[in-house]
Amino acid sequence: MSSTTPLLDVSGLTKHFPIKGGFPIRRTVGAVQAVDGLDFQVAEGESLGLVGESGCGKSTTGRLITRLLEPTGGRIAYRGEDITHAGRKQLAPIRSEIQMIFQDPYASLNPRQTVGKIISGPMEINDIHPAGGREARVRELLEIVGLNPEHYNRFPHEFSGGQRQRIGVARALALEPKLIVADEPVSALDVSIQAQVVNLLQKVQRDLGIAFVFIAHDLAVVRHFSQRVAVMYLGRIVEIADRDDLYGNPRHPYTRALLSAVPEATVQDEGVQGRERIRLVGDVPSPINPPSGCRFRTRCWKATEKCATEAPPLVQVEGNKPGHLTACHYPETTDVPATVPAPRLAKDPEAAA
Amino acid sequence: MTPPTPSAAAPLEVTDESVAKSPTPSTHKGSEGRSPGRLAWNRFKRDRTGVMSACIVGFFFVIAVAAPLIAKLYGKDPYTTYASQRPELLNPFAYPSGPNGGMSSEFWFGIEPQLGRDVFTFLLYAIRNSLGIALAATVLTVVVGVVIGTTAGYLGGKTDYLVGRVIDILLSFPSTLFFIAFMPVVFGLFVAPDEEIPTWLRATALIIVLSAFGWASIARLLRGQVLGLREREFVEAAKVTGASPGRIVFKELLPNLWTPIIIQTTLMLPAYVTAEAGLAFLGVGMIDPTPDWGVMIARGASFYTEDLTFMLFPGLSMVIFVLAFNLLGDSVRDALDPKSKR
Repeated sequence: MSSTTPLLDVSGLTKHFPIKGGFPIRRTVGAVQAVDGLDFQVAEGESLGLVGESGCGKSTTGRLITRLLEPTGGRIAYRGEDITHAGRKQLAPIRSEIQMIFQDPYASLNPRQTVGKIISGPMEINDIHPAGGREARVRELLEIVGLNPEHYNRFPHEFSGGQRQRIGVARALALEPKLIVADEPVSALDVSIQAQVVNLLQKVQRDLGIAFVFIAHDLAVVRHFSQRVAVMYLGRIVEIADRDDLYGNPRHPYTRALLSAVPEATVQDEGVQGRERIRLVGDVPSPINPPSGCRFRTRCWKATEKCATEAPPLVQVEGNKPGHLTACHYPETTDVPATVPAPRLAKDPEAAA
Repeated sequence: MTPPTPSAAAPLEVTDESVAKSPTPSTHKGSEGRSPGRLAWNRFKRDRTGVMSACIVGFFFVIAVAAPLIAKLYGKDPYTTYASQRPELLNPFAYPSGPNGGMSSEFWFGIEPQLGRDVFTFLLYAIRNSLGIALAATVLTVVVGVVIGTTAGYLGGKTDYLVGRVIDILLSFPSTLFFIAFMPVVFGLFVAPDEEIPTWLRATALIIVLSAFGWASIARLLRGQVLGLREREFVEAAKVTGASPGRIVFKELLPNLWTPIIIQTTLMLPAYVTAEAGLAFLGVGMIDPTPDWGVMIARGASFYTEDLTFMLFPGLSMVIFVLAFNLLGDSVRDALDPKSKR
């Protein structure tokens, strides 16, 4: 990537949730490996999309970056400054620069506070006195996110889901952040409202130059919003690339399978072969006991012995543009439209492990 | 993926209209929102039982506060034994000589048997003292319960475990037996056995002992509520902006806990009134000559075969008060938490 310090530099980020058990003395008997060794960077003003199935660790990643969760390992650096284990006091100056937008607009606003109080809360906590007073600033923010400034004294229950999410955006903007972690900001909304909110976020990103980590499971939304996209599977990034590169030339079998699963709104002509669909079989393995080697191998049709023994590194494989990293021993190629053959290791003895 | 974005302001005007159309007569300007509290108040005002019980409860509190004033206007006090100055008030068996327990235009609620005190002022002061003790115990209970409950719930972990076990023990304790057995011990700590126990000490000890056993239930309730609330995203949102734990508990969580706190308080106060009266009846609470509901009922119980009227006034007033307060508590709960309606 660029030689200058990226806004956010994450390396080897790991989060294991301990599982307590045993009687009478409770002890740690295992760990949910929610996030296991993530490496990525976010440049200033850039939007990184984070996609993957439910339970692959996307939201955990977002909460680690905003330091709502304590990382088990790895390093998070904001503008070169290590914030991996910074306490509340140490974080204070950076808090205002990294903000978060939450998934559920019905849970993310305190029902007992007025909109004005919700949005001015962050300014109060960080002791910010904008020119013209906080109330004027809140009204300005409401206008930015497309709400009526007159709603200052209203309560959240008087708003619809989309409007509430706008309030959440306004709250995140109140501190003039440089980075916003958006944790599935639109997945709780109607499709028509989704578009409005995504467009609002895009406008905010463009106008205010804010970098985004955009977590979603909707590939279309991510494609619309993000310049770069990272695909996660079971706590690891399997592929990261520029948007067009990733959608046009997916190299990881999982990425390919994900993209092929996107529904298409086209009428198939008779005789014309429809788009190839890859149907993944089986479930995502448990993150308590992930498969050895490549984590995707239990569902991959290309898996070999090598995949079971050796975890593929996230590298720029042959034929990739710079910045397009794939973690696969047998990357897909564009020219050979892959038909999905039967799994090579149909009876993998370790598959169930 | 990119449908035309409707003008952002368009849906908002709809909201404006709906608010303008809403029947709530608002004294504020149009942009003022209706807070959850205001909505609850509107619901409460529509509940006739609730409003009526609130009036009755309010009446009791007013006469409790104004007891000295009323007694002054009425011209009597609860301590004077009027029968010793005017022996004609009691018959030779020391029961009131007039009909209906000696009710007359002079002694509105009659005269107490044996000592010949004025029942009306005695009852006024009894209500005053009983309510005062119950109120103080409730306030103390709620404060202790809220602080311990929210702290345990928010901190979790070992603190929560420890507090949880203490609550378990307190709730499984036979508290009435404890009161009876332990009140003399508590008094013994402060006063030599041959000395008179001062009234203020009796009252304070009662308040402390009642609260010591009462906080557990409210603390457990709030702990559960906080456990649910602290996982909500608005708490995370506050953390992301750098809020301190104190701010999160008092500014973010506590406003969401007022509902259970108010409900618990309104149900706890009548329970304390009866508990306090029960203790006085059993002889471990307030004692004669301090006017007290329990004392009155205890005295009434020894005369009721001959003079039912004396028993009737404290008994009825207490039933009315406790019933009204409990109904008020129910109405408050319905108003604050409309989903809990049966």
